[in-house]
Amino acid sequence: MKPAKKIDAVVTAGSSPHRDPPLPAAMRDAVMHAIEANRTKPGALLPILHAVQDALRYVPSESLALIARELNLTRAEVHGVVTFYHHFRSTPPGRVVVQICRAEACQALGARALEAHAKQTLGIDFHETTSDGAVTLEPVYCLGNCGCGPSVLVGHDELHARVTPAVFDELVKTARVAA
Amino acid sequence: MSAVKVFVSRDTTALALGAETTARAIGDEAKKRGIEIELVRNGSRGMFWLEPLVEVVAPTGRIAYGPVKAMDVASLFDANFGQGGMHALRIGAVEDQPWFKNQNRLCFARVGITDPHSVDDYIAHGGYAGLRNALPMVGADIVKAVTDAGLRGRGGAAFPTGIKWNTVLGVQADQKYVVCNADEGDSGTFSDRMLMEGDPLCLVEGMTIAGAAVGATQGYIYLRSEYPHAYRALNAAIANAYAAGWLGQNIRGSEVSFDLEVRLGAGAYICGEETSLLDSLEGKRGQVRFKPPLPAIKGLFGKPTVINNVISFASVPIILEKGAEFYRDYGVGRSRGTLPIQLAGNLKRTGLVEKAFGVTLRELLYDYGGGSLSGRPIRSVQVGGPLGAYMPDSQFDTVLDYEAFAAIGAMLGHGGIVAFDDTVDMLEQARYAMEFCAVESCGKCTPCRIGSTRGVEVIDRIRANIEREKNLATLDDLCNTMRFGSLCALGGLTPDPVVSALKYFAEDFV
Repeated sequence: MKPAKKIDAVVTAGSSPHRDPPLPAAMRDAVMHAIEANRTKPGALLPILHAVQDALRYVPSESLALIARELNLTRAEVHGVVTFYHHFRSTPPGRVVVQICRAEACQALGARALEAHAKQTLGIDFHETTSDGAVTLEPVYCLGNCGCGPSVLVGHDELHARVTPAVFDELVKTARVAA
Repeated sequence: MSAVKVFVSRDTTALALGAETTARAIGDEAKKRGIEIELVRNGSRGMFWLEPLVEVVAPTGRIAYGPVKAMDVASLFDANFGQGGMHALRIGAVEDQPWFKNQNRLCFARVGITDPHSVDDYIAHGGYAGLRNALPMVGADIVKAVTDAGLRGRGGAAFPTGIKWNTVLGVQADQKYVVCNADEGDSGTFSDRMLMEGDPLCLVEGMTIAGAAVGATQGYIYLRSEYPHAYRALNAAIANAYAAGWLGQNIRGSEVSFDLEVRLGAGAYICGEETSLLDSLEGKRGQVRFKPPLPAIKGLFGKPTVINNVISFASVPIILEKGAEFYRDYGVGRSRGTLPIQLAGNLKRTGLVEKAFGVTLRELLYDYGGGSLSGRPIRSVQVGGPLGAYMPDSQFDTVLDYEAFAAIGAMLGHGGIVAFDDTVDMLEQARYAMEFCAVESCGKCTPCRIGSTRGVEVIDRIRANIEREKNLATLDDLCNTMRFGSLCALGGLTPDPVVSALKYFAEDFV
């Protein structure tokens, strides 16, 4: 007999089972903690997703059904929000995330050349991670340091001004050691 | 002898230039020498070429040194800088610097001077005088003051703030909101960030006045996630304002109650568009809404909402403190008051210049900016962010005035000025404008979502010299479709940098 065609379950609010593999217990705790800390806020989804990503460094797809159920949303709605915003990532990043500003004020001071240099020396494109899992390279569109570009952000809030290719190499070297 | 007060900025740009290391070195050196100092982490004075700037309260007044690297610190102590001693990096009083003294610092009066977290320091420097005046006033009188001052939205659209507020005031509702658009995503702009990091209570006060004016009891600051230092500064200031009774129920014993919370965006340029921002605050994808209804009538969670930019709110306290006339006396034409202008890109002296409307672009680029950093001729400037037109030298005598810019197809926007030298490739800049639109489009309307991607392709074909004339005509057609067919300013204004680059720098398109 021909095996029955597998149909992905449509997960609606409160429904189960869903197609995602189960969340490991530690992650589940972190997600539930993020939900409990924010659920009474009006428009709680973004604060919750921020809290999840702050704790886990990404928003695991396995957590979407749980978040949806707790907020009385559909999994599709949560997925739609996670994927709309550049900030939220659906896969774990490398040990350190390096963001290069691509915007005009930094372009005026050599950001295009810096971007090319970074991709070449790291051997990756934007949104990719080096093969040793150390560095993830991301574009960013303005860090508010437009008077002293090119700007590079290492990690969450270590911002660097006037970054030349040589300075970039130093930053990456330091970040690799620390990571 | 009492401790010497030393100021080192915690502004993002100052930190990016090493202010944290400098501050730590000063603390360590003072301890080593057994000298008692009080280290205050203030905002930036806005002179980025002097950051990290160190100021001390000497017997003769505040004296500045800069740029101070960690390795300079020991010699500063040797020079007895706490008493304003002579040193190669000594600037003197900031207020005496030509760059600084001709500014009209109304919004930025306290930025770089006070401790941003301290309510006491805020009040000691004139803070809360506006709200004190507003608390006993009826809403309509507060709105009238803002209207009479001629304040227009500083986010870029320049819509009269008082008219917006009046609409919200006139709607009956069980709940109204005040929302601050702090999603400052335009390249070349950082005045919102500097104000929030350097004088967050000024924004808090402005929003509280807005709440009192229209009868809103809840406020939200929608802050972009790229501004972690502003996030910390705002939260600290808000907590201190609550503790001192300047936020919450019955503020200072009045009938006015106002709660305020900071919410973080998540890296979406489009959320600077007010209706996208509201959807994002509601926990949704930040997609543009159809208008009408206006947010003033149906805004956040369907309730009447005042939504303004950081600088718009931060301009309100001084209007309520000194009166509409005082503010209106600054400026030209229909552009009243002052604009915090941000000098960015390839300039020698970048930073923040707050001036009354009416200054020319050329004065800003050369007198304040000092010309290009690279020493090469300035070929083009983009004013007003990634949706602003590229202007050639022949337009540098345009005065900063919303109408003067509109008359030549440019946009003053949020007051960011990005200078490029003659190494810029304007075709690449036009291509980037389309690419940026494609990356940041919310996807709701077709001209923006698809048009931007097609725009990149067409420009690539022009560069490759494939059916040149035909593709130039297609680009023109595409720009018209985006301009007139898009739902919001992202798709609608992306053609401006493209068309201006083509028009004024045609030689780059051959």
